[in-house]
Amino acid sequence: MTNITPSAGVQQTGRTSRVTGRLLILQVLVLSLLATLGGRLWYLQIRTGEQYQQQASQNHIRTVMVPAVRGEIVDANGQPLADNATQLVVSVSRTSLLQQKDGGKAVLDRLAQVLGLPAQEVHDKVRLCDAKTPQPCWNGSPYQPIPVTDKATTQQAMQILERREDFPGVTADPTAVRQYPAPNGANAAQVLGYLSPVTQDEINAATGSDGKSTFAASDQIGRAGLESVYDSRLRGTPGTTDLEVDNLGRVIGTAGGRPATPGDIVVTSLDSRIQGIAEQQLQQAMVTLRGTYDTVTQQNFKADSGAVVVMDVHTGRVIAMASAPTFNPNIWTGGISAKDYAALTDVSSDFPLLNRAIQGQSAPGSTFKVVSTSGALNAGYSYDDTFPCTSSMTIGGRVFKNFEGENFGAINLSKALEVSCDTVFYNIAYAQWLKDGGTKPTHPNDWLYKAAHQFGLGQKTGIDLPSEVPGRVPDRAWHQSYYDAMKDTWCKEAASGRNDYATAVAKEDCADFATLRAGDEVNYAIGQGDTLVTPIQMARIYSAIANGGTLYQPQVAKAVVTPSGQLVSDLAPIVQGKLPDTQRTLQYIDQATANVITSGTAAWKFQGWPQDKIALHAKTGTAEVVGKQTTSWFDTYTKDYAIVMTISQGGTGSGGSGPAVRNIYNALYGIQPDNSIDPKKALLPTPQTTLPRFNANGSPVQQAAFTVGLPGDAPLPPAGEGTPAAAFALAPERRASA
Amino acid sequence: MSGLSSSYRAPRYTPQRGAVGRLMARESPLRRMDWVLVLAAIALSAIGSLLVWSATRSRYEINHGDPQYFLYRHLINLLIGIGLCTAVVLLGHHRLRTAAPFLYGLAVLGVLSVLSPLGSTVNGAHSWIVLGGGFSVQPSEFCKIAIILGMATLLSARVDAGERPVPDGRSIVQALALAAVPIGVILMMPDLGSTMVMVVIILGVLMASGAPRRWLFGLIAVGGAGAYAVVQLHLLKQYQIARFAAFADPSLDPAGVGYNTAQARIAIGSGGLLGKGLFHGTQTTGQFVPEQQTDFVFTVAGEELGFVGAGLIILLLGVILWRACKIAREAGDLYSTIVAAGVVAWFGFQGFENIGMTLGIMPVAGIPLPFVSYGGSSMFAIWVGIGLLQSVKMQRAIAA
Repeated sequence: MTNITPSAGVQQTGRTSRVTGRLLILQVLVLSLLATLGGRLWYLQIRTGEQYQQQASQNHIRTVMVPAVRGEIVDANGQPLADNATQLVVSVSRTSLLQQKDGGKAVLDRLAQVLGLPAQEVHDKVRLCDAKTPQPCWNGSPYQPIPVTDKATTQQAMQILERREDFPGVTADPTAVRQYPAPNGANAAQVLGYLSPVTQDEINAATGSDGKSTFAASDQIGRAGLESVYDSRLRGTPGTTDLEVDNLGRVIGTAGGRPATPGDIVVTSLDSRIQGIAEQQLQQAMVTLRGTYDTVTQQNFKADSGAVVVMDVHTGRVIAMASAPTFNPNIWTGGISAKDYAALTDVSSDFPLLNRAIQGQSAPGSTFKVVSTSGALNAGYSYDDTFPCTSSMTIGGRVFKNFEGENFGAINLSKALEVSCDTVFYNIAYAQWLKDGGTKPTHPNDWLYKAAHQFGLGQKTGIDLPSEVPGRVPDRAWHQSYYDAMKDTWCKEAASGRNDYATAVAKEDCADFATLRAGDEVNYAIGQGDTLVTPIQMARIYSAIANGGTLYQPQVAKAVVTPSGQLVSDLAPIVQGKLPDTQRTLQYIDQATANVITSGTAAWKFQGWPQDKIALHAKTGTAEVVGKQTTSWFDTYTKDYAIVMTISQGGTGSGGSGPAVRNIYNALYGIQPDNSIDPKKALLPTPQTTLPRFNANGSPVQQAAFTVGLPGDAPLPPAGEGTPAAAFALAPERRASA
Repeated sequence: MSGLSSSYRAPRYTPQRGAVGRLMARESPLRRMDWVLVLAAIALSAIGSLLVWSATRSRYEINHGDPQYFLYRHLINLLIGIGLCTAVVLLGHHRLRTAAPFLYGLAVLGVLSVLSPLGSTVNGAHSWIVLGGGFSVQPSEFCKIAIILGMATLLSARVDAGERPVPDGRSIVQALALAAVPIGVILMMPDLGSTMVMVVIILGVLMASGAPRRWLFGLIAVGGAGAYAVVQLHLLKQYQIARFAAFADPSLDPAGVGYNTAQARIAIGSGGLLGKGLFHGTQTTGQFVPEQQTDFVFTVAGEELGFVGAGLIILLLGVILWRACKIAREAGDLYSTIVAAGVVAWFGFQGFENIGMTLGIMPVAGIPLPFVSYGGSSMFAIWVGIGLLQSVKMQRAIAA
């Protein structure tokens, strides 16, 4: 190919052989460089390409969580008690802010001006949380738009959207936020609960083995009431959107994702109409009491707190549950202010967050006597045995007085319940105490204490609400354990040598609290002393008496349905036990409690009550509290409903709570001011047994008819609820006995 | 072969031909052109157009809202480049030898004017003259041609005149001094990438000129010692060294060059065998690789066209260099040989450095990929280089 002659110095082509050699070297060099590139290219793309493909997808895909719409909590008729309002949420994209020359400072300042917020607050809200940053700060993904306010007005939103160039990265979107619409005035704050942001600990606790938490940092979580108990049902499943982003994090497209599954609807047995009335009546009763003079303490009643429970006796379902004082649950929406939070939780507040229907415990007073009566009858006393109802009784040197010193002569247990004679129960309790061995018990039967446990006292009812308290049955075991815990304190105080009441009590308790003393059992028999109960426990007891002896686990929720109305789970009534009484005993108590309305302690507040049409049963209670005014208890039932109301520092049972309870019954049964019954105005003459029906969009089809569910009636489909046949079978009998 | 063909140089019989016939005749310039070289260059430019288009479609900050803004300009640059190439072929590289002093003076003035207030800084390198209307020139690109022509003229003068078999020391010193002036100016810009290319061109030119080995090794030794001294005497700041070394370890300069190399490697690596498809690269669409239409254009090929497409670019570059080497070997005189070899060194090193830095085997330097990268000055200079090669090829026998 070449005509170069090595010996020749200068060639025809004007080159030396050296040049030719050099050119060959150049060619080999250049081409081997290219071969190097090819090899390197092969290594990157073929050999290790997979690794780079992963990096590339991590690079440009940002998965953003799409929150699921939280399910509603609806009442028995499908009326939303908790739903989602559309609010204009103004959000800021951090990635857009960071593209601004000043890091978005000017944009945020303008935004603060439009929203009427302090500029510092807006700046603080969009900074990212870390260990050193105090609240407020953004806890979520930096790629997620950060909400600045959820209370923007339409006008503010328009200002922002019309001046896009002034507000890069700022959006104003309608977003679902929790609201509690209080239909028919049914606030039900403590029952419904509220939402607040999830904590880091909760996120960690919910982190599975795959390192992914079921909570996102920006999630809200149910904190109390039904919102808390049914949180996982209401929550739904958040979706994801895979955003394609560019090098600056700007979103340039969507690469798919998964839509959010909205949360399920929790259908409660609450009837917003009854709930509204119950709340209003409780409030009214307390207001009235505060204007009423208490002759015992020489001042108006304080009526500082109270609760009322309306229960369906056939199922244990709660139709209304109110606790006072209360609060507006909507103040939690969008973050509670420090001031509001203090008002709810400070020591100086009256603790409106407490649901006193399940968390308020106090001595039941005379409403406990149905338990004592049952215990006495089971201990062997007969229906007709009579006991002296004297004005007072001396046991072990201590005088136990009848309430207001009344004297009814020799009466039976039925009459003792009716007129709420304490001394009758003192007699029985003292006799039982002696029988069980007095201060040196040998195999005590403890019939009266056994009855309390059998009636479900001293333990949680298991209602589907959080933080229920168990109350207390001050039996021998409790005396021993409490003594063990308190011995040192008491004996130290007893040794102080002071000469006052507290020291005297301490001296006594130091000596013999460990054993059940005569005074303890005597006091216990009339629901005083160390006995503690909650309103829900009492509502369950009176429901059981009304339904023939079945103790149900109280329930607020009765079903979970999908947003389109498909039944997910039917929360059927749960039987927890039976009362220890025979049907005869229950009828005996029925009669006595009916007499309370017609001629007993509540008669003065129930004049004209149509007892022949709606047999009402009641037991009043006036529990004494050391250093305070008496607690008013009023426990009532008909064949379908039990209503229990209690007001702390509210005087007598019938006086403090009677009218309010009567008004609730009036609403249920449609009883007019002239005591006639107008069935058309009856809100709920019989308990509801069907679920509300929902349209595909989740709105209730209509208010469910409330006249269904009588025995023999075919319930409307889709009747998910199983009303126990036994409870209904008893109904005629109950009516006869009433 | 050249010896054989020369004996057929003057045809004894010239038949009458039409215009097309004349063009197709054996002695016609079109027949004597290296068509493989031309077709490879055009193919590479065509691929480059697509890559530049893909890289700039969604870069709204720079494409003025027109996805085809850069595509059109790239094609116009290409046409101008081919025009310049044709002009060089028609003029012939021998005539350019006469004009070499003039061209050299123009180039030195050009790079000097960059240092004057006329110059602008782009990406840290003060190497541009903005002409207005969106046009700007990078005189260092044309300086490469001036150095090749100038050095070739000086080194070959006495050899081609038959006075000496190899360039003598004096002409070598003159040639080095000639190259040193613009290189010194460019180094001050600082345009490290162009400096590196020019140093390699000098080495290539000296090598092809047949200059004694001591000059070559001496030059390499001086350059190495100089670089060593610069590092040892702390003439460079730590971050500058880190930036230089970041091609091997991106963590040395994670926000700057390290980011570039890491993203470039992700883009190329994720392309796999067949790529993600033109316009479908996520790294490209997401603009993760900076300067993607210019210095990092190869990453578009890697990501969207895969090993097949990116390999084709290397292959076409190889074809061009193979043809260029062949032309250099078959050149009619030392001047032509040096010119062709200078172009080989230029294209070869620039291509290797550019692709090598995107693949993470060469330090990052701001130089374009011949034929493919967007950029008028580079495109014009490259096609002038092709023109020089064609001229050497076509004029070889004429000169002989």
